Amino acid sequence: MRRWPNVVRYVLLFLGALIFLFPFYYMLVGSLQSAPDTSVGGAFPTSGLTLDNYRDINSRVDLLGSLVNSGIFTGGVLLGTVVFGTLAGYALARLQFRGRGVLFALVLLVQVIPFQLLLIPLYVLIVRGYGLADNYLGMILPFAINTAAVFVFRQFFLQLPDDLFAAARLDGAGELRILWSVALPLVRPALLTAVLLTFIGPWNEFLWPFLVTKDADMQPLAVSLANYISNVSSRAANPFGAILAGACVLAAPAVALFIAFQRQFTSSDLGSGVKG
Amino acid sequence: MTAAPAGGAQRNRVAAVLGRHPVGMILAAPYAVYLAVIFAYPFGFSVWMSFHDYFFAAPGAIVDHPFVGLDNYRAALTDPAVRQAFKNIVIFLVINVPLTTALALVLAVALNRVVHARTFLRVAFYVPYVTASVAVVGVWLFLFNSGGLVNSVLGPLAPDPSWLVNEGLAMPVIAFFVTWKQLGFFILLYLAALQNVPKELYESASVDGANGWNKFWSVTVPAVRPATALVVILALITGANLFTEPYLLTGGGGPNGASASPVLIMYQRGIQQGEPDFAAALGVILVIGVLILAYLNRRFIEGRD
Repeated sequence: MRRWPNVVRYVLLFLGALIFLFPFYYMLVGSLQSAPDTSVGGAFPTSGLTLDNYRDINSRVDLLGSLVNSGIFTGGVLLGTVVFGTLAGYALARLQFRGRGVLFALVLLVQVIPFQLLLIPLYVLIVRGYGLADNYLGMILPFAINTAAVFVFRQFFLQLPDDLFAAARLDGAGELRILWSVALPLVRPALLTAVLLTFIGPWNEFLWPFLVTKDADMQPLAVSLANYISNVSSRAANPFGAILAGACVLAAPAVALFIAFQRQFTSSDLGSGVKG
Repeated sequence: MTAAPAGGAQRNRVAAVLGRHPVGMILAAPYAVYLAVIFAYPFGFSVWMSFHDYFFAAPGAIVDHPFVGLDNYRAALTDPAVRQAFKNIVIFLVINVPLTTALALVLAVALNRVVHARTFLRVAFYVPYVTASVAVVGVWLFLFNSGGLVNSVLGPLAPDPSWLVNEGLAMPVIAFFVTWKQLGFFILLYLAALQNVPKELYESASVDGANGWNKFWSVTVPAVRPATALVVILALITGANLFTEPYLLTGGGGPNGASASPVLIMYQRGIQQGEPDFAAALGVILVIGVLILAYLNRRFIEGRD
């Protein structure tokens, strides 16, 4: 009696998984076909695969340069989040200081303020006011410290036993030293989860870098590919092939990192952040 | 306290003003400054801008931005494109939020009890979430264009005009796209919540003779209610932020503005057409809308007053 629901569940889950994965398969196949074949058979080609589309998109969009821009943008956000985010998370979790309650209330509030409200003033300030258009700093600033990550760091540090900190303080260790040699090593696996979650934000972000970069040499790949999709693709021999080739290049690093570290991406680590 | 030695008394006074670990203020300072510069100040600036006549001037030029009261709000609320965009976003939310919540919960419950191929199944559902919208939009364009795979599978059943250029279908396609794209994250949230449901609840339900379906409705659904409230609010915020999909998938909110979103209008009016005051007012209206929905969500789904 108990076996049938089990079989049905697996069949449905696998069907769902195939539906979820199919666009990725199709992206790869489409990027390797010299001419778009949208028939059902075309989704399962047996021959005629080529790398021409990759050459084509690379001649129109500087793939390597765009990837480097994406990397600098993402790296800047990760650096800011890991350095200043752990400091803030540690202070919020483990230290009693004036203003802590207000700061934590802000951490919660910021997560409900939609980015679109800040879009126009940030554009006016950063692009018009500080002249940071086409500048890595201008791209990074609005995302420099990921508030969700600060929240998760705080949860991690809260879960460590109190005695550990009391003992370290009794030994005369300063707070920075406690953070560096006691607290951080203990939360290292969880730290990786937060870093992975932070990574996909700027790597995939489109709207903000799109607003601040007009110079093609400064655009992250998401922006240059989007501009290609909306402007120039009509002139290419096989526009979809070229778009899909660019899409594969944009998707590959995030998907590869995610698969490599998918163990870190489990509910138990994130759960600590959600429980509040 | 009363018996504290002299040095301790001084420390107590410092502690009373700055807290027991004043060093915490220094550690948290960069983040506090960041919040002030990137959130608090722009937030105030946005509200200020929405009540003034604000426009882009040449760098260095000193110009007046006179107070105009509610003019920008009136302009935004009476603009037909804005009304259309709000109508579109309602269509989006009506499809996306219930679908996301239901599918995420059902898939999380199913995945939670899976023993075989656990990794493969989870990765499959998470992958769209970790991939850039711009990249997957490329494939959906290919799948849903008039001569695309979806229409060749449907054959004579294919809609005319095709999906993305059909006024009635463009927004639903975007809503399904976003559901598919974001579902992995919400499954993750539900999986986390399911770990905290006490096993005894299921056991006592079994003793009472409940079948799987009963258990789902009377144990699982109430137990993950806080997570449901979180999923709903995050899906609402994602929906209110909609920009990339109408910009790329339907070529700038087409056809005839049938898939334009408020943020797309903010970009077009505020930055392309140089009316940041209008866009700021639209942003404030949008956020008030989100806050009202967040309040309703808290009241009725989370069950708090």
